[in-house]
Amino acid sequence: MTTLTPVLTKRWGKANSWRLAEYQADGGYQAARKALTMEPQAIVDLVKAAGLRGRGGAGFPAGTKWSFLPKPDGGPRYLVVNADESEPGTCKDMPMLMADPHMLLEGMIITSWAIGCHHAFIYLRGEVVHVYRRLLRAIEEARAAGILGDHVLGTDYQLEITAHAGGGAYICGEETALLDSLEGKRGQPRLKPPFPAAEGLYARPTVINNVETISQVPPIILGGADWFGSMGTEKSHGFGIFSLSGHVQRPGQYEAPFGVTMRELIDMAGGIREGHKLKFWMPGGASTSMFTEEQLDLNLDYDNVIQAGSMLGTRALQVFDDTVCVVRVVSRWMEFYAHESCGKCTPCREGTAWLRDTLCRIEAGGGTPADMDVLGDIPASIGGCFCPLGAGAPLALNSSLKYFRDEYEEHIRLGRCPFDRAATTAFNGEVA
Amino acid sequence: MPEVTAKTDLVTVTIDDVAVQVKPGTLIIRAAEQAGVYIPRFCDHPLLDPVGACRQCLVDVASPAGPEHKLRAFPKPQPACTMVVTDGMVVHTGATSEAARKAQTATMELILGSHPLDCPICDKGGECPLQNQAMMVGRDDSRFSGTKRHYPKPLPLTANILLDRERCVLCQRCTRFAAQIPADPFIGLQGRGAKEQIGRFDPAALGFELTAQQGTVQEDEVAWGERTVEGQPFASYFSGNIVQICPVGALTSADYRFRSRPFDLVSLPGVAEHDSSGSAIRVDLRRGRVLRRLAAHDDAVNQEWLSDKDRFAFGWQTAPDRLTAPLIRDGGELREASWPEAIAAAAAGLAQAAGVGVLPGGRLTLEDALAYSVFARRVLHTDDVDYRSRPHSAEETAFLASQVAGSGLGVTFEALTSGAPVVMAGFEPEDEGGIVFLRLREAVRKRGAKVFSIAPFASVGVQRLGGELIPALPGGEAAALTALTEASPAGAALKAADGRGVIVVGERLALVPGGLTAALAAAARLGAKLAWIPRRAGERAAIEAGLLPGLLPGGRRLGALSGPDAAALAPLFGTDLPAAPGRDASGIVQAVIDGQIGALVVGGVDPDDMPAPAEARIALDRAFVVSLDVRRGPVAQYADVVLPVAPPLEKAGTFINWEGRLRPFGQGIATTALADGRVLARLAQALGVSDLAELGKPGLTHDFFGALGAPAARVAAPAVPAAPAPVPPGHGQALLATWRLLLDAGSCQDQAPHLAATQKLPVALVSPGTAQANGLTKGGVEISTGRGAIVLPLRIAPDMLDGVVWAPANSGASRVLPALGACGGAVTLKPADTKEVG
Amino acid sequence: MSYDTGTRQSLERDAAQVVARYPKPRSAILPLLHLVQSVDGFVSPDGIEFVADTLGMTTSEVSAVATFYTQFKRQPNGTYNLGVCTTALCAIMGGDAIYERLREYLGIEDGQTTGDGMFTLERIECNAACDYAPVMMANWEFFDNQTPESAVALVDALRAGKPVAPTRGPDKLPTFKENERVLAGFPDGKADQGASAGESSVRGAELADEKGWAAPPYPAGGAAAPKGTKGEERK
Repeated sequence: MTTLTPVLTKRWGKANSWRLAEYQADGGYQAARKALTMEPQAIVDLVKAAGLRGRGGAGFPAGTKWSFLPKPDGGPRYLVVNADESEPGTCKDMPMLMADPHMLLEGMIITSWAIGCHHAFIYLRGEVVHVYRRLLRAIEEARAAGILGDHVLGTDYQLEITAHAGGGAYICGEETALLDSLEGKRGQPRLKPPFPAAEGLYARPTVINNVETISQVPPIILGGADWFGSMGTEKSHGFGIFSLSGHVQRPGQYEAPFGVTMRELIDMAGGIREGHKLKFWMPGGASTSMFTEEQLDLNLDYDNVIQAGSMLGTRALQVFDDTVCVVRVVSRWMEFYAHESCGKCTPCREGTAWLRDTLCRIEAGGGTPADMDVLGDIPASIGGCFCPLGAGAPLALNSSLKYFRDEYEEHIRLGRCPFDRAATTAFNGEVA
Repeated sequence: MPEVTAKTDLVTVTIDDVAVQVKPGTLIIRAAEQAGVYIPRFCDHPLLDPVGACRQCLVDVASPAGPEHKLRAFPKPQPACTMVVTDGMVVHTGATSEAARKAQTATMELILGSHPLDCPICDKGGECPLQNQAMMVGRDDSRFSGTKRHYPKPLPLTANILLDRERCVLCQRCTRFAAQIPADPFIGLQGRGAKEQIGRFDPAALGFELTAQQGTVQEDEVAWGERTVEGQPFASYFSGNIVQICPVGALTSADYRFRSRPFDLVSLPGVAEHDSSGSAIRVDLRRGRVLRRLAAHDDAVNQEWLSDKDRFAFGWQTAPDRLTAPLIRDGGELREASWPEAIAAAAAGLAQAAGVGVLPGGRLTLEDALAYSVFARRVLHTDDVDYRSRPHSAEETAFLASQVAGSGLGVTFEALTSGAPVVMAGFEPEDEGGIVFLRLREAVRKRGAKVFSIAPFASVGVQRLGGELIPALPGGEAAALTALTEASPAGAALKAADGRGVIVVGERLALVPGGLTAALAAAARLGAKLAWIPRRAGERAAIEAGLLPGLLPGGRRLGALSGPDAAALAPLFGTDLPAAPGRDASGIVQAVIDGQIGALVVGGVDPDDMPAPAEARIALDRAFVVSLDVRRGPVAQYADVVLPVAPPLEKAGTFINWEGRLRPFGQGIATTALADGRVLARLAQALGVSDLAELGKPGLTHDFFGALGAPAARVAAPAVPAAPAPVPPGHGQALLATWRLLLDAGSCQDQAPHLAATQKLPVALVSPGTAQANGLTKGGVEISTGRGAIVLPLRIAPDMLDGVVWAPANSGASRVLPALGACGGAVTLKPADTKEVG
Repeated sequence: MSYDTGTRQSLERDAAQVVARYPKPRSAILPLLHLVQSVDGFVSPDGIEFVADTLGMTTSEVSAVATFYTQFKRQPNGTYNLGVCTTALCAIMGGDAIYERLREYLGIEDGQTTGDGMFTLERIECNAACDYAPVMMANWEFFDNQTPESAVALVDALRAGKPVAPTRGPDKLPTFKENERVLAGFPDGKADQGASAGESSVRGAELADEKGWAAPPYPAGGAAAPKGTKGEERK
């Protein structure tokens, strides 16, 4: 049986956990002090050896990403932390930043030192004011304490961190869109190459990592590669925050080693809602293919989930029980993608809108048999899109057609949704 | 031995089974063009950065990979417009690959989903890339059952450019053009996703609520140059290009919209007449009437771009005041006359005059210029000839005669855009250069060229080039050029460029004593090229033809002809050339006033362009004037005989652009109008020279120049000491800086009202210090000399040198030369009420 | 440009601070747009011109950015922006019902503002609080585990001028303009208010505590003791 391994989430419940004094009392900034005595390359090597993979969804090895930076040329190099957490179902970075922002700052100091960065950025989605308050406060405290600034932790290393609040755009979670947004442009993905490692922020070498990825760096510095690798699976080392939401008894953040199964996690979360059973679940946000109870015993790591036909993404595990209409859920996700499509490329801009209109019409009872062709074909048309947003948009739809095609057809045949909307709510039927 | 395959720096790619060798770094879509394979596209444009937005160009790609270089196919079709070819790559387009075809059809279905079916009433119908490509890869039917996008139409982007948003496929060519090519991003993508649209900041179109205070523009807080005469933010001098590159019917120009169907048009190649670049154009006529002009493709000159002036200002050739018959003065009034009567009257007047001066103007073709040159020397026996109707100097005469005349293809656009540093003096690239500005942008953007401007402030155009200002007071340019040594950043950059750097001087440098001499010295000292870029289209041809005092064709010095030179000139010029150099334009005007010249032959000159407009008008009034003009221009009121001549559209001819490049063009439409040269041939006949019947014809002209060798004797280079840097005048005064804006009150633009509405609002500019010192806090300023005054709204230019005021030379209320009688020197400043300023 | 001199000067002062945070001025555009909203309650045309002026951009470039991001409003926003998450999970967990109830209760549609300028209602997309579904954001503060009744009660309390505390946030819900100023990067001194984390966020850590589960200890000889090993008191 897999057990939980709180490292990042360990301090979240403590009083004043976000304050510098409390963080330091718990041993905070020891990892950074140690790292600043290390050669930058040794840190990159250590993170590589630990096998830390990006926690933002793609799972790319962080140390390898860092090592793509060209040799220093005297010009600036940047670290940008992606805190634009917006993938539906993903809800780990925001509580992390609210409860323990110094853990991220410490990870940023270590990473910045490792890559030769003197001005790092946190790109936070704008719709979370209190999280931004805590971040600004943490930076202010760290600067006042000499942890940031001209003499980081008493050394000659200089580092500034700017926390930047976005303006509401899911696409800015895509790293090149994030960079354009941070440069003050519309957040639209860039053509690659050049990759950010070569020409990122202001066309300078740049590392972009997710909040959780960078926050895992301090424990790796303290615990070492073997310690980190002692958790997880062969190709997915370490631990991660698994976010359970939806129809489980106790939704929340469960920090576990890779390889944990959904059955174990649902058990830890108290099981499916009383009196109901699982219908389908999403392993990694809305931009992945859905699973059913068939995959409950799958060991959740990056590669296993891909083999099983989906993606682990951000470990955003959304659970839907038997009261839920799959057409309604999928149409809502398509509304999401159509709303969030940046509009740069034709397939995503036009395709998501077309699918949204079709799905909403089917859900509302106005579907026709011809719509099934559209649902079958347009996802492939979107496949020619520019960036991963479009590529991910039809995955839930495609997989839902695989498992629940008859439900769509039933909507069309009946001319209405056969499900009871009230039954799905958390307050279960209390709605008039 | 392994075979050496790296002998060539080309890579081989196979596209639809056709192998082509292309340069490394070539995009698949360009390589396909070389292979003769067309891949459908919307966002792609060869002169814009790849973007990969429309996804219409998806193709199947396989590349050699791994140690054995086995072909490995990409899992899904890739965009041909962003992917670079690699050696051994195999590409299949929709023509040979089912997967690529399917992908292209899928994209087309999505594009057409929200595109209206209004082709029958769309201006683009018949020349529409969307239409054509939909026929090529589209489905036969539509599965789209939703509601298409609807917008109120059209949305004016400028007074000149209209947008029908529902037709737009959001390929972003227009917005990328604006940002990349002229660097005036006046339009952008607005909104997001399917609600995205192209546009300006148009509060109503974008659903912004106006605040209560909105609409009360406080003049003093508006940045300079940013407003049009209609009060809108200024857009661009190059906006018409977006209409041309729009692959659908979304962008139209106000003057062409709904005027014609593409298949009713007859297209002719032409050369633009509004600046000295000689841009290649396509002239579209419907039943003999020009309906629009487009940029033609000429990599060496204007690529595929055109200034709005060259594109939209063509109506002057058919203006209501176009002359259709000769006029002669009869009892004080001009009346129509027959050609024989008018020619006889002109000949009689010229024959009787004590002396004749010739002012042919700066818009001539080489053919007409040569005719004027022959007419002056051979028929009128005078060297009092000067094409310059603008301020000039003897130093400039020597400079043009010694450096420009007969120099052939010198500094070229290619040299200007090599990426080497460019230092400009007396030259505003955007206002006075047009296409030169776009090419400089290319040099800056693509090849990192560094641009320097010797001027009293960095204009918007210089800023768009990322240019560095070398501050110089008006009149201080010669001193600044003298100070251009290796110790200065600009001088060091030129020197380091090792012969590739360019010093660009404009016609205004002639006004600064020693300026052109100093430019020559600086070029020699720093090993830089020197380019002289005038404004008017006819300047270079006039110089080649010898329309300057003391100068004969091909750079020959008057009075110093060798045997072969004399022989070459004799068939046209005869053997009895004037012995001594004549007067320049200012001298001619003065000689008329002094009674030494009794008659003038004038070609399309506006006295208000002359160095001293008032004196020019006196001279025109006193002399017997024969005017050759397209329209009943400002000289007509003084003329004794007016002879109508053909505009460029109605004659064949050859412009020579500033590079020295011949820009021949054919006659666009049938006409009875005669080119200037043909009129002069008749006049010559009437004046008793009977062997000049072919004068003004292209054949004769090109034969003549083709037979000219290098001149034996040239005019000496100018050697005028550099004027010392001026001292800023004291309180209440300032040094005047001025130039003509690209779009202004010029008579060749006056028949294009939509274009005129996009002009910049004329304003005066001073530094914060000058404003404060003279109590110019807000509102307007009066600029005056002993001759007169102009009143303009005032703007502050933060980087302007103190003690300088800038005003546009010929815009709205700002007619500098006629009003002030000067275009430089000290002027008086005082606050004025701007409310009364239009 | 039509800000009065005082407003214009204070905007310029604040803008200079914002611009100074970045290596290149244009990066300041999003915080500057938030700043404009903190003054005007929306991105006003004057604000667009102010930002263009400040950053040396055209107004078209500024509106291109402003209209890309959903937080930037083109109409004067209510004092309280009520965003109901109706992305799939929140929608089925009750977001749809909450939105419908508020729509009826306030008598306005998506994106509209009540006549008294008090409330703007909108459907919002996933706000990264799915373990608290259904979620509402008031002026971008978390209101977790909502019901139609709690949403109506929130409206009533705000109408009555009673202080309302977000589930995870400051002690009293700030106004739209006040929070926009925070998003422009100007702290309001409320960071230390509110809990460390909500109930759902700590469920895993609590379960681990309860069961005695933990990550393996750092190997001996590490630079420091593992974190969180002392002072285990939880709130």
